[in-house]
Amino acid sequence: MIYVFYIALFFMALGMIFSLIRFVKGPTAGDRTVALDTLTTIGVAAMVLLAYMFHRFIYVDVALVYAVLGFIGVIVIARYLEGAL
Amino acid sequence: MDNNWIEITGGILAIGGSIFLFLGSLGLLRMPDAYNRIQTGTKASTLGTILSLAGLFFFFPGWFGKFMILILFVLITNPISSHVLARAAYFTGVPLTRKTTVDQLNESLNEDPSRRAHLRKVSTNTEEDKI
Repeated sequence: MIYVFYIALFFMALGMIFSLIRFVKGPTAGDRTVALDTLTTIGVAAMVLLAYMFHRFIYVDVALVYAVLGFIGVIVIARYLEGAL
Repeated sequence: MDNNWIEITGGILAIGGSIFLFLGSLGLLRMPDAYNRIQTGTKASTLGTILSLAGLFFFFPGWFGKFMILILFVLITNPISSHVLARAAYFTGVPLTRKTTVDQLNESLNEDPSRRAHLRKVSTNTEEDKI
């Protein structure tokens, strides 16, 4: 049954690679910011998956804090791009 | 026997969630426009995260509280960041793709020019997309 998590982690890693390509390539700052947001979201899901695979309960807390920080970062970057900060 | 079916359900949900995450990133790579990228990058990844967490809940029901907090947080914050990003992109003049047929915000701003006061540049869809 552990192979299920390997398959899920494979798809998540592929998604992270695609987001990183868009993060490097993106022509405007909005593209880069949405790539960062997608990286954060995939990272949260992968971290919870790794928490189950390693049986470490603390990784779920790390994922929660990472989600909060990613959200605040995206909001701050967007407000800065808009010129309101 | 019962335990086996619970694990199969959780595995299907987890793999489905990871496939949604992968498809969101694929759309992020392939979409022609910043606004389309914002849409795929946030909506599909929201559903993917929720499905992955719901699948893991079947494997370890003791983490129900933390998973519910994470699901509610992702469900609330991802649309907000999508909206703020699209707003910032539109008002800084990121060009729309040339396949755009209707731009209702631009029409609304043309009818009432006083709402255009906080725009720095006017969005135009004449520039070529550089991908």
